[in-house]
Amino acid sequence: MIHTESLARTFTVGKERIEAVRGIDLDVAEGELVAFLGPNGAGKSTTLRMLTSLLPPTSGSASVAGIDVLARPAEVRRRIGYIGQKDGAGHNYRVWDELLMQGRFYGMSKADAAESGEELLRTLDLDALRMRKVSSLSGGQKRRLDIALGLIHAPGLLFLDEPSTGMDPQNRANLWEHIMRIREQRVTTIVLTTHYLDEADAMAERVVIIDHGTIIADDTAETLKAKQAGDRLTVVVRPADAAAARTLLGTEGSELSERPDDDGTALSIRVDAASHAMPGVLARLRDAGVDVVAAAARRPTLDDVFLNLTGRSLREGES
Amino acid sequence: MAVLTLPAPARTNVVTDVGHVWWRETLTILRDPFSLIFSLLQPLVFLGLFGPLLSGLAGNGELFGGSSLQWFLPGVVVMITMFGTSMTGSTLQFEIMTGAFERILATPLSRSALMIGRALKELTPLVVQAAIITLVAIPFGFVLYPLHVLVGLLILGVFGVGVGALSYALAIAARKSEWIFWAVQQALLFPLLILSGMMLPLETGPGWMQVVSKFNPLTYIVDAERVLFAGSFGDVTILRGLVAALVTAAIGLWVGIRSIRRATL
Ligand SMILES: Nc1ncnc2c1ncn2[C@@H]1O[C@H](COP(=O)(O)OP(=O)(O)O)[C@@H](O)[C@H]1O
Ligand SMILES: [Mg+2]
Repeated sequence: MIHTESLARTFTVGKERIEAVRGIDLDVAEGELVAFLGPNGAGKSTTLRMLTSLLPPTSGSASVAGIDVLARPAEVRRRIGYIGQKDGAGHNYRVWDELLMQGRFYGMSKADAAESGEELLRTLDLDALRMRKVSSLSGGQKRRLDIALGLIHAPGLLFLDEPSTGMDPQNRANLWEHIMRIREQRVTTIVLTTHYLDEADAMAERVVIIDHGTIIADDTAETLKAKQAGDRLTVVVRPADAAAARTLLGTEGSELSERPDDDGTALSIRVDAASHAMPGVLARLRDAGVDVVAAAARRPTLDDVFLNLTGRSLREGES
Repeated sequence: MAVLTLPAPARTNVVTDVGHVWWRETLTILRDPFSLIFSLLQPLVFLGLFGPLLSGLAGNGELFGGSSLQWFLPGVVVMITMFGTSMTGSTLQFEIMTGAFERILATPLSRSALMIGRALKELTPLVVQAAIITLVAIPFGFVLYPLHVLVGLLILGVFGVGVGALSYALAIAARKSEWIFWAVQQALLFPLLILSGMMLPLETGPGWMQVVSKFNPLTYIVDAERVLFAGSFGDVTILRGLVAALVTAAIGLWVGIRSIRRATL
C-alpha cells in the first residue's frame, strides 16, 4: 500500500533550516493498522502530508496505493482518505452540506454520496446533528464529523493525524470504538499518528516510533516492549537487607537498578515473564534471610521503549 | 457487518469540479441570505449618491455625448466585480486557519477549479446586482441593450476569475496574518479602480495618470464595458477588453496554482 525511500523534508524559516523529516523508509501492506508514535515536532504530520501529496518532499520518493505521489498526486488523492490534525469541516457550513459536498468532490453521484453519508452519520453517532452548523459542534463531535468526511468515498487507505488529541479519555475510547467499527465495515488500511502511548499500545497492530524525523523503531507493540524494555521485577527491602538482596537479584536477572523507598530500598531487575518469575525469586530471597516488604511485577510500556531508545520519556513532552 | 461496496473512484473533470466548488461556496449565501441583501443595497447607494454628483460635474447630465448614467453604470458594475472578486481570498483565509482548506486540498479536485469555483461564487451575486441597478436606472434615462450587457458580463466574469485567483494566492501568502491580506487588497484595489477611469474620467486628469492607466488592465475592461453598455459591438475596444480579461485570468490562475502547490500551510 505504501512504499517510501529516504523520504525527507526540510523547511526554511527565515535563516533557520528545520529538518522535519530526515529520510524515512517505510513499507505498509494492505490491511495494516499502523501508528506513528512520537513526541510533538517529531515529523509525524509532515510525513503524513507528504504521503497524501499535500506537501512535496525535499528528497526521496513515495508511492501510495501503487502510485507515485510526486508524479501523479491527483490519482493518489482519489484513492485515499485524509483526516488532518485541524478541523476538516468548514465552520460556516452545516454538517450534512459538508458531507454531501465532500462526496461530490470525490466524484460520487448525489445518491451515492447521500447513501454513504447517511451510513456514516449513523455509525458515528452524528444523526441528530445533520442540520447543525459545524461551528456549534463540540470538539468530539467535530472530530467524528472529520472522520466521516475522510470516509465518505470509502477509501481503501485512510490517514488519520492525531485523531483523538484534546479529547477526554471517555471520548477517546468512544472514538476508537467508531474507528474500529468502520474498519470492520469498510475494509481499510489505516495509518495514524499519535503522541498518546496507551493509544498506540492498545489500538495499533504495528507501532512506528518516530523521533527527530527518523524512524527509530518499527514493530508490534508486544515485540518492541519485549525487545527494547522487557518485564521488570521490583522488590522493596529494609536497608539492612539491601546488600544481601542486591547480591541475589544480580543472579536472577539483569539491569539491576535501585532507588530509595519509604520502607527502605526498592531494587528492580529485568527478567522475562516477571509475574511468573516472582514466586521463585521471593522464595529464594526469604531463604537468604531477606525480609521482602513489597513486590511488583511490571510489564513494560511503550514509554519504557522510548526511554530505552532515546534516553527521554515521551510523557515529558505532554502538556 | 456488511461490507459497504461503492463504485470505484469516479473520474472527475474541471467543469464539474468548478460546479462543486461554486456550489459549496454558494451554500454559505443560501443558508444566510441576509448577507446578500446588504450586498445588493451597496451598489444602489453608490449609484444613487455618486450619479447625481457626476451629472452635476458634466453639466446638464451630458458626458461624452451620452447620459451620465450610461457612462457611469458600467463603471459601477466593474467596481462591484472588483470589490467582490478581490475578496475571494478572505473566506479562504478563515478555512486555511481552521483546517477545511487542507481537507479540500486532499480531495482530487482540480487546483484551478478551487480558484475558479470560488471566484464564480463572488460573481454570482454580481449578476443579480447588475440586473437590479440596471432596472432601477432605466426610469432615469438608462437605455438597456441586453445582449451587449450579457457580453459585457461574460468579459467581466473572465476578468473576475483572474482577480479572484490572485486574491486566492494572496490569502495563501498572507495566511499567517489576516491584516496583511486586507492591507494588500486595499492598497491595490483603490489605485487600480481610480487609475482605470472607472469613477471619474481620466481625460481631465494629469498626463502621468493617463500614462499609468495604459498599464492597468482594468482600464481596458472599463472601456470595453462602456462601449458595450452603450450598445455597440463594432469597436476594437471590446477586443482589447477581452484580451485584458483573458490575460488577467491566465496570469491569475498560473500564480494561484503555483502558490497552492508551494503552500506549506
Ligand atoms: N509549514 C511548516 N513550516 C515550517 N516548519 C514546519 C512546518 N511544518 C512543520 N514544521 C516543523 O517541522 C517539525 C516537524 O513538525 P510536524 O511534522 O508537525 O511534527 P509532529 O506532527 O510530529 O508533531 C517541527 O519542528 C515543526 O515546527
Ligand atoms: Mg502533528
